[in-house]
Amino acid sequence: MESIGDLLHGFSVVLSWQNLLYMFIGIVLGVIIGVLPGLGGANGVAILLPLTFAMPPTSAIILLSCIYWGALFGGAITSILFNIPGEPWSVATTFDGHPMAQKGQAGEALTAAFTSSFIGALFAVIVITLAAPLVADFALQFGSREKFSVFFLAFCSFVGMGKEPPAKTIGAMMLGFALAAVGLDTVTSGLRLTFGSTELIGGFDFLVAVIGLFGIGEILLTMEEGLSFKGKAAGINPAVVLQTWKGLPRYWVTMLRSCVIGCWMGITPAGATPASFMSYGIAKRTSPNGDKFGTGEIEGVIAPETAAHAAGTSALLPMLSLGVPGSPTAAVLLGGLMIWGLQPGPLLFVEQKDFVWGLIASMYLGNIVGLIVVLTMVPVFAAILRVPFGIIAPIILVICAIGAYTVHNNVFDVVMMLVFGVAGYLLKKCNYPLAPLVLAIVLGDRAEEAFRQSLLISGGSLLTFWSNGLVASIMTLGLIALFWPFLSKLYGRVVTPATQK
Amino acid sequence: MSNPTDDPELPGPQQRHVEMGVAAFLALLGIVTMIGSLQVGIGWGAEGPKSGFFPFWVGLLIVVANGYNFFRAYVDPSRKQFAEWRQIGLVLKVVWPMAIYVAAVPWLGLYVSSVLLTIGFMRWIGRYGWPLTLGISLGLQIVTYITFEKWFLVALPKGPLEDLLGL
Amino acid sequence: MNPLLLRPILVAATAAFAASLHVAPAAAWDPTRNVEFIVPAGTGGGADQMARMVQGIIAKHNLMKQTMVVINKAGGAGGEGFLDIKASKGNPHKLVITLSNLFTTPLATGIPFSWKDMTPVAMLALDEFVLWVNAESPYKTTQEFLAAVKAAPPGTFKMGGTGSKQEDQIITVALEKVIGQKMTYVPYKGGGEVAVQLVGKHIDSTVNNPIEAVAQWRAGKLRPLCVFDTKVLPVTEKVSGDMSWADIPTCKSQGLDIEYLMLRGVFMPAGVSKDVVSYYVELFKKVRATPEWAQLMKDGAFNQSFMDGADYAKWVDNEEKRHRDLMKEAGFLAVN
Repeated sequence: MESIGDLLHGFSVVLSWQNLLYMFIGIVLGVIIGVLPGLGGANGVAILLPLTFAMPPTSAIILLSCIYWGALFGGAITSILFNIPGEPWSVATTFDGHPMAQKGQAGEALTAAFTSSFIGALFAVIVITLAAPLVADFALQFGSREKFSVFFLAFCSFVGMGKEPPAKTIGAMMLGFALAAVGLDTVTSGLRLTFGSTELIGGFDFLVAVIGLFGIGEILLTMEEGLSFKGKAAGINPAVVLQTWKGLPRYWVTMLRSCVIGCWMGITPAGATPASFMSYGIAKRTSPNGDKFGTGEIEGVIAPETAAHAAGTSALLPMLSLGVPGSPTAAVLLGGLMIWGLQPGPLLFVEQKDFVWGLIASMYLGNIVGLIVVLTMVPVFAAILRVPFGIIAPIILVICAIGAYTVHNNVFDVVMMLVFGVAGYLLKKCNYPLAPLVLAIVLGDRAEEAFRQSLLISGGSLLTFWSNGLVASIMTLGLIALFWPFLSKLYGRVVTPATQK
Repeated sequence: MSNPTDDPELPGPQQRHVEMGVAAFLALLGIVTMIGSLQVGIGWGAEGPKSGFFPFWVGLLIVVANGYNFFRAYVDPSRKQFAEWRQIGLVLKVVWPMAIYVAAVPWLGLYVSSVLLTIGFMRWIGRYGWPLTLGISLGLQIVTYITFEKWFLVALPKGPLEDLLGL
Repeated sequence: MNPLLLRPILVAATAAFAASLHVAPAAAWDPTRNVEFIVPAGTGGGADQMARMVQGIIAKHNLMKQTMVVINKAGGAGGEGFLDIKASKGNPHKLVITLSNLFTTPLATGIPFSWKDMTPVAMLALDEFVLWVNAESPYKTTQEFLAAVKAAPPGTFKMGGTGSKQEDQIITVALEKVIGQKMTYVPYKGGGEVAVQLVGKHIDSTVNNPIEAVAQWRAGKLRPLCVFDTKVLPVTEKVSGDMSWADIPTCKSQGLDIEYLMLRGVFMPAGVSKDVVSYYVELFKKVRATPEWAQLMKDGAFNQSFMDGADYAKWVDNEEKRHRDLMKEAGFLAVN
């Protein structure tokens, strides 16, 4: 295998003390960036990019990509501990991660999150190593209609899954779509739903909504119950990592499926956020413990984290081989490559072998270093929950406010965060599910954009979504996923009487 | 979760009244969405839907779904309590200071406002002593300042105090 | 690193660098805090890359005592960023890099701002536009392509571009007028995505900037037909096969009389003193003298015009009028 030889060469490029040091620094910085909501990986990489101009490109990309890995790891920490997703792709991690922390299993949840992140990334890197050119061709197949079908599938595999009344699920989801529509309509360049307000031209940012709905909403719920902080019992247990690991191999099917979903979503490129939602939705439907999802099931942490990390990692492939970034962070890295005089695109793999394989080798090493760094910190993170609510709550409030501000450097977003916080409290108390709401905010405008692009290309014909094998099969899968509860009931009715006889 | 059966004597609003309020408010948002969509056109042109097409139907669904939710809450025979007034008071103890905090940020800057919020929360709700309160509120902002302004070069809103100090 | 130890070295380096450029005016004004460089577009686009490049060059060569911070304010087709500058009257620590949305956003969306609400600092460069088709398409020349568009039913040919009612679509409308045939314009979010959609044959042509499409051209996936400028590009280094940027004919010479260049310039809030403006003009002159900048200009085949002061203001004014006419003709003006 030629690629194995290239990879070994890559390792020889990367393995120097200096580069390992950069890796370590990058991971630690990345974890910090991932923990602070609003200061996303894209921000972090963008801010540090100019500092790396004086370095050799290979070292620079190692430092920056390790910040990226670190941010992927770090996003899970605040999601689990405080119900505040530090990054969009860790929203799905809060669904079961935070209930686990409330039950006093923060250490288990963190270990599961980090470990499955690592497995997802490793899987994606192996895919990149073995199938880079093939994968690049696959990504080229994805035009607007294919992209829409992927969003459609992500949506269908997630909706209709809660115990909440259907009318409330629809109400919450549609509210999300409405919020996503506010601002500039990218297809016609016209403003809509802004009602003349200049504050609204940027629309509602997903992160601001999420920080409010989840983070502030959680504080309000905790306040209502008095000043007790549920996770108080969380003990510092250094052996928690090993104990959790023993239980993980049981979930290998979930992990493998999440890896595949993640890689696919990363390459197409739909991104890590829809990947994590989709993976969570499918895991919930197929798991025997599906009913308990949302109450602190470890599988509900494994599925989104594996997929998010696999997607985040494989998103680098279209960036390198096509010059199309699969995520905002990848977009900034792309800018960095150009500044170092490297031209991402089909020729990068031919002309810059040292660099490309060095980078791929650093993905292996960076993730191993990252896993070690974050796992050693698990007991420390878990211990944060022992801080009394009276002290931690104002700190969380301030961090949320800073997070909301830094998303767009706009004070108005802090106001919106508080509004979303109160809304989150009321909606949750009134049994409206928040997950479909946030999924609609994330995917709403992107799905609409892809849908309308497709119709522009097809001249307004909806048949375009069934016009070739690829898009037709994804759309059909989506429909099956949408009607799955109904179909499985139907199937059950047909099969059960037969078996009973 | 609050358990209203613990002490049924303590007064508080009924769950169904709150649900009706929330449903009515969401339906109102749906109507606003529909009006906004009508302003930009809701038709289906030759090149696919116009700007307002999706939001209009989304708005309509919000109205319909929440109209139903309102009705369901109205006919709900359960007289379950939403929360005790005392609990709601506790929630407001966070909401009001946050509202003042958010209003203060543009004038005082984020750092000074955050120090005041932290002090207020720890003294008023947490009832901690001054040394700990001051230590945490000031320490947090110093850490924030170094992390954001120095390491990550992210400028947070500043007020007159920072101008005075030349930060 | 200890900043105290580093400082003398940096000072020495700055002095040496300044001396080497023979521009060491007695500074009448110096920034006293971090300078925000606002990008009215998302991360990773052309304007963003250029802003981060400038930031990197300033940091690397230590051209400024304070740090430059790049901030993306992309909301409302960049309107968010420009409104921020408009609201920061008299703030000498804020700059904004522009693309054509300086003109197109207020016209197309009605978001209230104009370049007159800001102080023009300097033009950094002009970005070129090239007509691209997939390398596997049968069209070898502009004429062949135009003939094919004309022969096909209206709307058959799909033109992909960045954003809606912005530079790419303005060019498309001009193109339609010359050919006398409608095309279908499909808006995408970024230039790189547009190029890949063309490689994947989801669209038929694009008017990408050189830097957005160069990687795919070098790999032999795309074919340039003509450049929307009055003269051919000056870069003669071979890029793809035996072709260089200079080998692409002008569109005018191919019977497509359209010229369009996009401003990459810098503005700052209104109400700042002359000393402040001249400080930044000198700063950007220094940036433009670095080898890194030269490399960027070459890679992206930019038009390296530089202007400041009254010339620049006059140029911008003309350009605004031109955009108003172009947008009016195309029916892109906001209704209200």
